[in-house]
Amino acid sequence: MSIAANPRQFVIRTIFISMAIIMLIRLFFLQVVEDKYKVMANDIAIFRKVVYPPRGAILDRRGKPMLYNERVYDLMVTPSNVGKSLDTQSLCEVLGITTQDFTKMLNKTRIKSGPMRKGVFIEEMSAQQTARFQENMYNFPGFEMAERFRRTYPRASAALMLGYIGEVSPDMLKKEQYASYQQGDYTGMNGLERSYEDVLRGQRGVHFLERDNFNRPREPYKGGTLDTQEIAGKNLELYLDADLQELGEKLMRNKLGAVVAIDPKTGGILAMVSAPNYDPNLLRGTERTKNYSKLYRDATKPLLNRATQAYYQPGSTMKPMTALIGLDVGAITPSFGYPCAGGYYACGKRIGCTHTGGGHAANLRLAMAHSCNAYFVHVFRLIADNKKFGGVKKGVQAWHKYCYDFGFGHPTGVDIPFEMSGKAPDSNTYNKMYNGSWNSCTMLFVGMGQGEIALTPLQLANAMCIIANKGYYYTPHFVKSIGNNPNDPLLKKYHEKHVVTHIPDTFFDVVAKGMQDVVEHGTGTVAKMEGIEICAKTGTVENKAVVNGQAMKMKDHSVFVAFAPRVNPRIAIAVVVENAGFGATWAGPVASLMIEKYLLDSVSSKRKGLQEKMYNANLVNKYTYAIDSAQRLRDAARMQRREDQKRITDSIAFAKDSIKAMRFFNKYYIKKNK
Amino acid sequence: MSAQSKSIFGRLDTLTLVLYLSLVFIGVMTVFSVEHRSTDPSIFMMNKNHMRQFIWLGVSLFVGLIIIFTDSKFFSSFAYLSYTIGISLLIITIFAGSDVKGSHSWLGPPGLRFQPGEVCKIFTSLALSKFLSSPDTNFQTLRHRLIGAAFALAPAVLIILQKETGLALVYFCFFLVMYREGLPNIILIIGFSLVALTLASLLVDRLVLFIIITALTAAGGYLIRRELKRNVSARILLVGAWLVCILFSQVMVPVLFKYVLQKHQIERIYSTLGQDVPESYMKSGQKKDEKKGNVSDYNVKQSKIAIGSGGFWGKGFLNGTSTKNEFVPEQHTDFIFCAIGEQFGFFGSGILIALYVSLMLRLIYLAERQRSAFSRIYGYCVASILFFHFAINISMTIGLAPVIGITLPFLSYGGSSLLSFSILMFIMLRLDSDRQVMIR
Repeated sequence: MSIAANPRQFVIRTIFISMAIIMLIRLFFLQVVEDKYKVMANDIAIFRKVVYPPRGAILDRRGKPMLYNERVYDLMVTPSNVGKSLDTQSLCEVLGITTQDFTKMLNKTRIKSGPMRKGVFIEEMSAQQTARFQENMYNFPGFEMAERFRRTYPRASAALMLGYIGEVSPDMLKKEQYASYQQGDYTGMNGLERSYEDVLRGQRGVHFLERDNFNRPREPYKGGTLDTQEIAGKNLELYLDADLQELGEKLMRNKLGAVVAIDPKTGGILAMVSAPNYDPNLLRGTERTKNYSKLYRDATKPLLNRATQAYYQPGSTMKPMTALIGLDVGAITPSFGYPCAGGYYACGKRIGCTHTGGGHAANLRLAMAHSCNAYFVHVFRLIADNKKFGGVKKGVQAWHKYCYDFGFGHPTGVDIPFEMSGKAPDSNTYNKMYNGSWNSCTMLFVGMGQGEIALTPLQLANAMCIIANKGYYYTPHFVKSIGNNPNDPLLKKYHEKHVVTHIPDTFFDVVAKGMQDVVEHGTGTVAKMEGIEICAKTGTVENKAVVNGQAMKMKDHSVFVAFAPRVNPRIAIAVVVENAGFGATWAGPVASLMIEKYLLDSVSSKRKGLQEKMYNANLVNKYTYAIDSAQRLRDAARMQRREDQKRITDSIAFAKDSIKAMRFFNKYYIKKNK
Repeated sequence: MSAQSKSIFGRLDTLTLVLYLSLVFIGVMTVFSVEHRSTDPSIFMMNKNHMRQFIWLGVSLFVGLIIIFTDSKFFSSFAYLSYTIGISLLIITIFAGSDVKGSHSWLGPPGLRFQPGEVCKIFTSLALSKFLSSPDTNFQTLRHRLIGAAFALAPAVLIILQKETGLALVYFCFFLVMYREGLPNIILIIGFSLVALTLASLLVDRLVLFIIITALTAAGGYLIRRELKRNVSARILLVGAWLVCILFSQVMVPVLFKYVLQKHQIERIYSTLGQDVPESYMKSGQKKDEKKGNVSDYNVKQSKIAIGSGGFWGKGFLNGTSTKNEFVPEQHTDFIFCAIGEQFGFFGSGILIALYVSLMLRLIYLAERQRSAFSRIYGYCVASILFFHFAINISMTIGLAPVIGITLPFLSYGGSSLLSFSILMFIMLRLDSDRQVMIR
């Protein structure tokens, strides 16, 4: 049979083979020549998932958490998996919602993320909901809990210093600094969260996942070999003492002002209070915008960090510095005295002094202890008019140089953002003010801390550090170590010792003893404590506010600065209480109690009464609100005026343009058509 | 006779058996690869399709064993009876069939459903072989040719009534068998040319097609140049054929598409091929993105993406991102070739196509060495059915043919498909083992 082969079998074989060849050619074009299918396959099937690492926590000096990530749960639902057999009634009972709510929420989720994908059903379940749902989870197919982290402040203190995080705005994204951020990312907006953003946030990871035809992520692509692993943010360990901070905040309750306590040996900030403060837990999650505007509108301005951003004249707390400058310049000696009889009359106008007794300013220590205005005004004049400098303008310039060295008139460089520089006047300031014609009588108030000088409480505390350390300081800062590494490059600048003046130690000793006298038998006896040599200076600062367009004298600010112990000081502190009265009455006890708390770890029972009194005092003046609302009204009116003006200008311009256009039209178009 | 002295297993054709087993093995593995997830606890999961396919393979081999122990004369004597049973089943299906995915071609209780149309291929093959091999049949007469065609087309008509056009088209493959047994050349040529011409006018650019047709005509004319010199009618025929082709592709198709067919009809035709409607055939105001794309369009697009993304060497076993994540619908049945294309690339697809072609050529070789006409014709039937399934299935996954739901033999998941192809194969193996015996 095979001999007489039928020719048609070869035709059929040829058909089979040619079909295969056609297929192979087509496949060659599809698979080898064309590249677009590979791209398309990757586009549809690979899902790029960005994984955010946990943000670093912030701990106080003893390792107590001040700010960390709290685990919260969202209830997720896959609408298509919710069967008809679901016991809606019992689920609603577990979650504490009504059945109408349930239907509404389910529909919302379905619209938002589609029926096949998981979507958020309840954001941030309450602890009760979480517990009850967890027990009954198996009853509710289609529902599951998703873990998420939320920044939380367990002590609800140091709000402005720790800061908060918020979503990066489109404006921020345009800046180079935020190049590594995407829309929807969170970043530190204030405080330490902002300053240490780079170490706190860690490094994002990118995971490639395969996804299926319903866009649900499945297993890792290529076994996860292309993924980059996320790196957790580092923790910050602070110098801040959480208990001291809490005490400070309690003492400053219902008051306006600030407290800054620094460890002079390191420059580490032990406590920083800006009163009034607020619960930082308000500024997170969905409630942030609402709470923020509420705080923003508050007359007492809780969002202003009074410790680094508010200006206060130092008042009598300037006197130790004046004394040191006078000694160093050679204008006075420690035994220099001034015959004050209750005032200073040398410049024509009386400058009052609270003490009238003869000899209360017989030498520097006595003058310091009794805070004699006349004495220090005189010392300032002696410095400014010192022959060594040759002329008051050069004298004031030299004074300014000293002030600058003490850290006034420029930001200290603390590691939280938006610090203000304060004001330290120099000759130029007065040239401008008085058109060049002025002398040491014109501005002698500066010597006693009034007039053109203005400091932040942080600068004041830093100046105390300089006196305590006898001539040097470290830039005040919060962070002791980053991820348990105290030598992190970010902290290098805070380990630099700033030797600011070369005033001899003997002068510092004299001033320090004078300040000790303040507490022992001077104006600041309220701060006296057994067994601790406290050096302090009170300040009662005259101040004015603009009310109804007129400068009005307000109640004095109460200011108190101190460091302790005198030998080997461990804490330097500055306290300002706005419009409260004498320095010794309100600011003094705050400083004293905080020193005691820090040095002895608790407030002695004898002083509990004082503490209670401080806790309960309400020193926010009624007119604070009046001034604030008047200011707001004025601002609003000004804004309104500006807008009206702009609208008028715009409409005039528009009218002019249209007249021009009309003329043009008449001239060229209508003529032609005639 | 030496062949007769061997045992029945020794007389089975080893190469065919090896090809069959390797294809079936590839099938199970491919179904497995499409379904397996790295999260699955074990590969032996009874609820998964690959395990079911494995069981069906066992059943098929068992049935194959029964066939091998059956007397080879049984098949020829059983042929007409089986055909009658098949036709009856098809008729019953029209009235009592159940609907699965829009087709009315399934019979039996749930779980034991099968497509009579699938099984009927075996019976039709047997009956056609019996008819054509019968000494009373003279296939040169028109009457017997029509009877032969009726044998093939009767089931096709019944299947079309069950809305399963794809399966019905398979029955046209018997014309290939009848061609071998003496149907005139011209019918085959005209049939193939029409199909090729229609597809080509849709897929290939008009100018390119003109050049190809002219070149083919010139080549054909060169081959039969002596004939042309002698015979006027040959010249007329050649020019006529060329003219018809040109008219069809250059005038008729464009006119039809531009002025006769509606927008949705044009889209339907192109989308079954997985193609976008060319600019020139778009109606005014119609935008490219506007069309929603129907189901088969989506299938072919995803299938082309899956196969195209395989590249030359493929993404590797179990690494197919498109098939694993179910972007290609029906990927374990009709579109199983995507899984091969994606995971093993051009290389693997080429090997698979080579396996199929080898099996079909081997079947023809087996057929041609039969002593009895019945066995020979049956062999051609098996090869032709295989060829039709193979050609249309793979062509539709790569956008060469319209999407009609027919399976890829031995690979596609599905019990009735695997079982019926196995039965076809084993009957052929059994007949071949008795190739010296005259079977009437």
